[in-house]
Amino acid sequence: MTQPAPSAQHHGPEKGTVPGPAAAPPSKKGGGLRALGLRVDVRNLSLLGVLAVLIAVGGITEPEAFLDTGNLQLILTQSSVIGVVTVGVTFVIISGGIDLSVGAMVALASVWATTLATQEYGFAGILFTAVVVGLAAGLVNGLLISYGGMVPFIATLAMLASARGLALQITDGKTQIVTVQSVLDLGLPDSYVLGIPPLVLVFAAVTVAGWLILNRTTFGRRTVAVGGNAEAARLAGIDVRRQRLYLYLLSGLCCGIAAFMLVILSGSGQNTNGNLYELDAIAAAIIGGTLLSGGRGTIVGSVLGVLVFTTITNIFALNNLQSDVQQIAKGAIIVAAVLVQRRTLRGGET
Amino acid sequence: MPETSRRGLLFGTAAVSAGAFLTACTSNEPKEKAAAQSNQPAADDKPGTPVTIGFAGPQADHGWLNAINVNAKSRAEKYSEVTLEITEGSNDTAAQIGQVKTLINKKVDVLVVLPADGKALTQVGLEAMRAGIPVVNLDRVFASPQAYRCWVGGDNYGMGLNAGHYIGEQLKDKADAKVVELAGIDNLELTKQRSQGFADALKNYSNIKLVARQAADFTVESGQAKMAQLLQAQKQFDALWNHDDDQGVGALRAIQQAGRDEFIMVGGAGAKSAMDAIKADDSVLKATVLYPPTMAASAIDLARALGQSKGVAGLAEMEIPTSLTLYSAVVTKENIDQYLPTGFS
Repeated sequence: MTQPAPSAQHHGPEKGTVPGPAAAPPSKKGGGLRALGLRVDVRNLSLLGVLAVLIAVGGITEPEAFLDTGNLQLILTQSSVIGVVTVGVTFVIISGGIDLSVGAMVALASVWATTLATQEYGFAGILFTAVVVGLAAGLVNGLLISYGGMVPFIATLAMLASARGLALQITDGKTQIVTVQSVLDLGLPDSYVLGIPPLVLVFAAVTVAGWLILNRTTFGRRTVAVGGNAEAARLAGIDVRRQRLYLYLLSGLCCGIAAFMLVILSGSGQNTNGNLYELDAIAAAIIGGTLLSGGRGTIVGSVLGVLVFTTITNIFALNNLQSDVQQIAKGAIIVAAVLVQRRTLRGGET
Repeated sequence: MPETSRRGLLFGTAAVSAGAFLTACTSNEPKEKAAAQSNQPAADDKPGTPVTIGFAGPQADHGWLNAINVNAKSRAEKYSEVTLEITEGSNDTAAQIGQVKTLINKKVDVLVVLPADGKALTQVGLEAMRAGIPVVNLDRVFASPQAYRCWVGGDNYGMGLNAGHYIGEQLKDKADAKVVELAGIDNLELTKQRSQGFADALKNYSNIKLVARQAADFTVESGQAKMAQLLQAQKQFDALWNHDDDQGVGALRAIQQAGRDEFIMVGGAGAKSAMDAIKADDSVLKATVLYPPTMAASAIDLARALGQSKGVAGLAEMEIPTSLTLYSAVVTKENIDQYLPTGFS
């Protein structure tokens, strides 16, 4: 929720040469100064408000089940896998791209990591395979887009199809049950560190890393610049192609990490893993204030977006709502959240 | 169940269960022979006239569907005179229509179709029947009876019913018993049927109440996620019915993660992993209700019988029936060894 001053986050050294329309939006307003002189993003504040309302609803409707440590652990755990994917996707969207293949990459990485041949290599083998497969798929995406000149939508759509197909081929439609105990143990309460599940710690680490990369490195500034105005970024001396390649690699890496987390969580690999993650991750990023057209977005916003989604699902399940009602309500809440954000933003501007 | 036709009455009807029908498929025992023409039991292993069977199924993206393909192929291999023309599985309706058309053009003798969507494939079923190719409709039923010669499939309502009765019997002496349901994909007709059967069975036990029901997606991931929520919502209950063993892998993982064991769990479909767990008896999973993938093998038997103009062994009829609903047996530790070979992974 904290951001550096707008000028630092958006343009850095490139500011003078990035005149694109989306490059200098009045994205952050008010919020007051915080410690270290960081500004608070209004959009994230409104998301926090949405989250607070949801928590109130959960606390009122199901006080016993909702307001309980176990449920907090559950919400955070269920946010972890999709959360890591969303951090990667946020970078891609800020750069003006899109990655539709994240769910399929998670599936491919998880089934490759859980094939019986790999299971013999134990914990390290499964982790290594998941990450390498994620990186490899991301590399293909990046090469197709950067050097093959393909539109990201099409390139990643093709990856979605072929990675799912490959995952199905590897598993033959079967569920690959993990037998490596050290992997399974990480999903059990005994492994919690001070009451925090290891998956949540990974999620937190990825979030912090993502925030630092986006806000405190040249790489992050270049990402925003490419998304704001690619031509201007090129003229400013940024290797736009290489930057894009790295971004899809980053998304693939996040999918590989998420795949390993999913294997820990579910104790298995299945070709249906990561189903519809692309929609969930993109939706969370957009709700979190990332512009679909690129040039603007925050990691904190995306993570809040994920938490909002997971909390909604949690409250629905605790209240035993049926799936049709859940779907309708979820749609309504997405619209409401975005409208609230818009209003807050407009209020801040005028 | 056999229909009582005029001719059937003449030769005397035998009440034969679907289970007996399946075993009869592999037996050579001569049953009451139909007097007329060339009609013989379908199930003798003696090679008859050559038959080419076209098989079109959906994409095997799920353990059960994969088992369907395996059952169909291995059954066809058993018969030296049967040639199986198998198309690539597809969940795309248009693609599957194209595949069935290809099989029609190849002039196969009989078609076995497990449609991705029964209603959408009805038209092409009609087309095949008009072209003189009898269609065995497997599991997901066509919209028109004219589109198939014979339907064979599972009993979703019966699954729910039998699961409910099993749970009811286990809990009948317990006052104020609570039951939780982890359903499958809610927009599928079969999920509604399974839930309805379950609810109807529980009506027989006034001490039992269904306290929560959530739908998952037939996947391990969704099973884990939804079960974790159910466990959080219901701090204590007595029985769980889970519609599908694949999502059950995830559900069991969530149960393990929550460290809960105060209830019994009943699965659905009959996956190998579920059967192994029932046999080992080291988890809450005590039973699973079958939705047997062996129905694909039966469909091949029926297609072969159609191609050779035979009836079904064990039945008095000279023709194979127009529909055959399989029994959803409850597999428990007591009878696990009998069913273990049919478990799919």
